Amino acid sequence: MILRLAIASLFARALTVGMTILAIALSVALFLGVEKVRTGAKASFADTISGTDLIVGARAGSVQLLLYSVFRIGNATNNVTWESYQDIAARPDVEWIVPISLGDSHRQFRVMGTTQAFFEHYKYRQGRSLAVSDGAIMDDLFDTVISADVAATLGYKIDDPIIVAHGLASFTEHKDQPFRVSGILKKTGTPVDRTVIISMEAIEAIHVDWQTGAQVPGQATPADVIRGMELTPKAITAALVGVESPLQTFALQRAINQYAEEPLLAILPGVALQELWGIVGIAETALLAVSAMVVVTALIGMMATIFSSLNERRREMAIFRAMGARPFTILSMLVLEAMVMAAIGAVFGLVLLYIGLFIGQPILDSAFGLWLPIDTPSIREVWVIVGVICAGAIVSLVPALRAYRMSVADGMMVKT
Amino acid sequence: MTDTTLEITNVAYRWPGRAGFSLTVPHLSIAKGESVLLLGESGSGKSTFLSLICGTILPDRGRVDVAGTDITTLSGGQRDKLRAEQIGVIFQQFNLLPFGSVMDNILLPLRFAPARRERTGDATAAASQLCAALGLPTGVTRAKSTALSVGQQQRVAVARALIGQPPLIIADEPTSALDANSQAAFLDLLFAQTTTHNTSLLMVSHDPRLGERFDRVIRMEDIAQIERAAA
Repeated sequence: MILRLAIASLFARALTVGMTILAIALSVALFLGVEKVRTGAKASFADTISGTDLIVGARAGSVQLLLYSVFRIGNATNNVTWESYQDIAARPDVEWIVPISLGDSHRQFRVMGTTQAFFEHYKYRQGRSLAVSDGAIMDDLFDTVISADVAATLGYKIDDPIIVAHGLASFTEHKDQPFRVSGILKKTGTPVDRTVIISMEAIEAIHVDWQTGAQVPGQATPADVIRGMELTPKAITAALVGVESPLQTFALQRAINQYAEEPLLAILPGVALQELWGIVGIAETALLAVSAMVVVTALIGMMATIFSSLNERRREMAIFRAMGARPFTILSMLVLEAMVMAAIGAVFGLVLLYIGLFIGQPILDSAFGLWLPIDTPSIREVWVIVGVICAGAIVSLVPALRAYRMSVADGMMVKT
Repeated sequence: MTDTTLEITNVAYRWPGRAGFSLTVPHLSIAKGESVLLLGESGSGKSTFLSLICGTILPDRGRVDVAGTDITTLSGGQRDKLRAEQIGVIFQQFNLLPFGSVMDNILLPLRFAPARRERTGDATAAASQLCAALGLPTGVTRAKSTALSVGQQQRVAVARALIGQPPLIIADEPTSALDANSQAAFLDLLFAQTTTHNTSLLMVSHDPRLGERFDRVIRMEDIAQIERAAA
């Protein structure tokens, strides 16, 4: 009966109570939303590359290798010679190996030289493969496959010509050897989306007339002559490696790290991703802290509402007291009321979150490659709701204690 | 059970924070079934006197016996329970919780008084009977209390005070919000009920004209002394 009366009392103050509940609901939805985005971003991040057992590059930091080989951020300080690459490729425990050659660019996008095997072995988001949305994987020397973002940003269609610039943010272009867009990849939500892919041989081809980073003046080998040339790469930037059996991963890693002919580094992508997330993760923790503060603010708002209702409810409290309610009952009723508000707010917040997820999921996925799964509420989310209800109870103790003192002082008489 | 429902002996109360301002009541007793009108102007200490009887404040000395129990020996929680069990309270006005139904309001004291609830038996039936006896329209128990007229609200307050038949009814100017006709009708109904159930009634008013209907009329200044120290 007391609970029913408490709820009836809340209904009688529907407007202010509704606003308070709305504030709590929005703050809880925000908090849970940030939490969702955080875990989703972390998962998407970890899903950037999957199925690759080792990434091999010139010796540097593991995060640096990961950054330039997978995220196209920063540059390799050194290359891996073609001989070393072939040595590794020839090892019996290597099931497959995909070379990557970076260093050139097209507009703001990086150009990556690789082989057909890249499309076969590069996996993201738990084993999904790259797929073309339009056209086909390149098969001519001067073909290029561009990714979704490149096509969208620069407005390219199949068969459009592309001129690759030498280096990054450079004004010298490989004008003599224009490429043709042969395929456009589907959006993946990985750095591949911001990459122009050409073949390893093409990387060699466009540098035929170049020496030590500059075009030899007056020298321009015609395309058909280049096609006839031996276009074996001299060096690569990095290589993605798959092993025959997962058990051999560590042995192969050690062997590559101790490779005598050249200082090399092999990293486990998962481990390096975690290391990198450790750096990036500070920002998301800060975001979570801010949204937690919003929840606290909403609860303090509720406290203020209860405080301001106390004076107009003195009569109500006096009636309860006259009927034999103890001051503690008055206190409990106010705490109960706050808990009911917090509970309704928190559950409503959860509902808002799911509505938001249903609307936002496809948009976030296509715009940012951020996939937020819609699951039943996790244990963590349930704890958040329980936490909000408990926090609501604790916060309401402040006005409830005041009501307690008021009802002791007033007794059943109210001088209003 | 004694024949005395209420007995006050040598009670003295000093208002906190106001030095030299005190109320003393040497003796007052109300017999079972007796109706007493207590006349007093505002500021005569009536409210404090009622609070002392109801146990929401404690006297500095003396005894207050309600239905045979000296409430000055009880803890705060026990006094609250005793009030719920033994006393029905009617205010001047705004007696009812505005967000509750009439039924909620009538049953409210039983929530804090298990023995009284036990005595009542079928509480909702008892509430309906009381409403009928007090001339409230049938089906009124489901109505919101705010939908009622002031006179009807006061009658619901009487039903609430009477439910479970507590031995003592305390009424603090219950008719002051009513016009003369309603006053008479209200008192008729109230007395009909207190007589039927042999309930003691202590009603406070400033209106001496009501006196003829009571067994006894006492004046605040006759039973109590208020000391006011020069400020």
